[in-house]
Amino acid sequence: MGRYLIQRMLLMLPTLFLISVVTFVIIQLPPGDYLTTLISDLEASGERADLQKVEFLRQQFGLDQPLWKQYWLWVSGLVQGDMGYSFEYDRPVADIIGERLLLTFVVSFGSILFTWLMAFPIGVYSATHQYSWADNGLTLLGFLGLATPNFLLALILMFVSFTYFGTSVGGLFSPDMQNAAWSWARTWDLLQHLWIPVIVIGTSGTAAMIRRLRANLLDELRRPYVVTARAKGLAPRRILLKYPLRIALNPFIGDIGNLLPQVISGAIIVSIVLSLPTTGPILLRALRSQDMYLAGSFLMLLAALSVIGVFLSDIALAALDPRIRQGGGQTR
Amino acid sequence: MSVVPAAETLPVVAERLHPSEQERYYFASQWQLIWWRLRRHRFAMVSLWFLVALYATIPFVEFLAPYELRSRHSNNVFCPPQRVHLVHEGRFVGPFVYGQFLTVNMENLKREYREDRSRLYRLRLFAVGEPYWMWGLWRTERHLFGVEEGGTMFLLGTDRLGRDMLSRIIHGARISLTVGLLGISVSFVLALVFGGLSGYYGGTLDIVIQRLIEVIRAFPELPLWMALSAALPPRWDPILVYVGITVILGVLEWTGLARSVRGKLLAVREEDFATAAVLMGGSPPYVIRRHLLPAFTSHLIVSATLSIPNMILGETALSFLGLGLRPPITSWGVLLSEAQNMNAVALYPWLLTPVVMVVLTVLAFNFLGDGLRDAADPYA
Repeated sequence: MGRYLIQRMLLMLPTLFLISVVTFVIIQLPPGDYLTTLISDLEASGERADLQKVEFLRQQFGLDQPLWKQYWLWVSGLVQGDMGYSFEYDRPVADIIGERLLLTFVVSFGSILFTWLMAFPIGVYSATHQYSWADNGLTLLGFLGLATPNFLLALILMFVSFTYFGTSVGGLFSPDMQNAAWSWARTWDLLQHLWIPVIVIGTSGTAAMIRRLRANLLDELRRPYVVTARAKGLAPRRILLKYPLRIALNPFIGDIGNLLPQVISGAIIVSIVLSLPTTGPILLRALRSQDMYLAGSFLMLLAALSVIGVFLSDIALAALDPRIRQGGGQTR
Repeated sequence: MSVVPAAETLPVVAERLHPSEQERYYFASQWQLIWWRLRRHRFAMVSLWFLVALYATIPFVEFLAPYELRSRHSNNVFCPPQRVHLVHEGRFVGPFVYGQFLTVNMENLKREYREDRSRLYRLRLFAVGEPYWMWGLWRTERHLFGVEEGGTMFLLGTDRLGRDMLSRIIHGARISLTVGLLGISVSFVLALVFGGLSGYYGGTLDIVIQRLIEVIRAFPELPLWMALSAALPPRWDPILVYVGITVILGVLEWTGLARSVRGKLLAVREEDFATAAVLMGGSPPYVIRRHLLPAFTSHLIVSATLSIPNMILGETALSFLGLGLRPPITSWGVLLSEAQNMNAVALYPWLLTPVVMVVLTVLAFNFLGDGLRDAADPYA
């Protein structure tokens, strides 16, 4: 197990490095840099650019230096927790991201929890009652969940709740809790608002998870050992719980690798529609105004979040399933 | 693969057939068998015909849509869907719409459209409407259906500029449906090249390509799409933006396909017929193209079918956020971006109708892919 852990950790490093390179390339993609745009904008409106500040920013980012040096400045800053400086907000990126990243994490985690809680009973029921009307209905519902993009679901939920309940579903906090300090009351308030984005983001993942759990469990139920167990007179429920279910549950852990990027993507667009105080709206704004360091840091953090999530899920999977940790870790 | 007696490879169905039909079965090509199998999958067949019908509209949108893409009706801003009636004062007159007049509710300043029961306008097939250029070749005024002179027909309502939603949805189909096809072509080529290299040669090249795929997959898709499409220069022509978006969608979606290409290649290249082809002096591209690819083309088509909806959803999401296609290019996502805020959704819910088309299309592709997957291996 220890060897496997180290092996996986060493594999993670080049992945993170490549991700940072890709992100940096994206930061550099728009023509010119932010400062040239800023200066020309200011001059166009008749103002004179604050040369001192421009000079400070230029030095901070090494904009006059070769690309590899700029990359190095950015990445070494990242590692030390300095995520750069947002041109538009005129504040360090870390200040802007802080709580939003935490809330993104809370929403994502809630969505994954929701996915598990919904997918488990439905998947097991579908597999054990294959081709019953309930199974067919749930399958159809699952496909519908897959086909409806998150933001449409958010819009529809907004519409329904507005017309039938007369309430707005936007935001993560009540107005009076918006800027309050963290307290039990505020946490409770958050939980009350959390369920809508969690449902919206979790639905498509849930549909996919149900399909996978059902398929896995069906495969497992057809195995000879299940037939043997049944032949020797074991109760069906006991057979199900004792062996096939445990194996079929692997994707619950192992699939976090696929689920997490999906959930984060979902969280971004849903948060824009529902105007949640998470990373989504800021990322969109940063991309629109080409505040590239802010956008880049976001992208990097979101990608790193999912890489670390995959790493953790691999570790958990290895702990659960001896076949994986002995097979050298080539699971996916 | 060991040599299996022919009788054991037979699907169960064949044994139940009449001898004369059995003969037909044995002589059928693989594609014919796939088609026969697919035909039994009811959902998949319905989806297939639905999609065929949708794609068939693409060359004829100008004719099918009652109004032009950009024609504005300034007297009919945010008009709710008009109802089609059949009976006027107890007398059957065939499909028609009433005229309508606009009042402003003085309490909440809301526009309200009322039916004017004294004026009625019949709906006509092959009606004369706004002139347009058909395929840029000839000018005509005929539309598939329309309303008598003087009347308006907004079956799905109008938007903030008084443009007919139904016509815009029909026009938008052209873009939304082709985005998926163009995107999948891009990712198909990439997947074949990278998956092929990786699976055929193996070794270091394989490791490098697999790492690359892992990195791309680690990125949450949407933020990356957003970042890349935000980087498209704002001065580009909308057509160029359209191409750019399809390329972005394709470039990020190829990883899954490449993995299945690699997996299948790894399995097939060990087969005797592959070795034989190599021993007879076939070059790698030749062996892959001529001997290995046909063995799993059907699987590739399944994977491709299942990733098209992803691209359609991706384009819709990007355009919805305002980072994707730009007007005057109109897709379903662009139409939906009008319904972005709470007010629009609450007051003008018919702006959400493009959603229905997106969901139906995506569902159809999923069902078709599912049916194809079951049919792809007719010898199983």
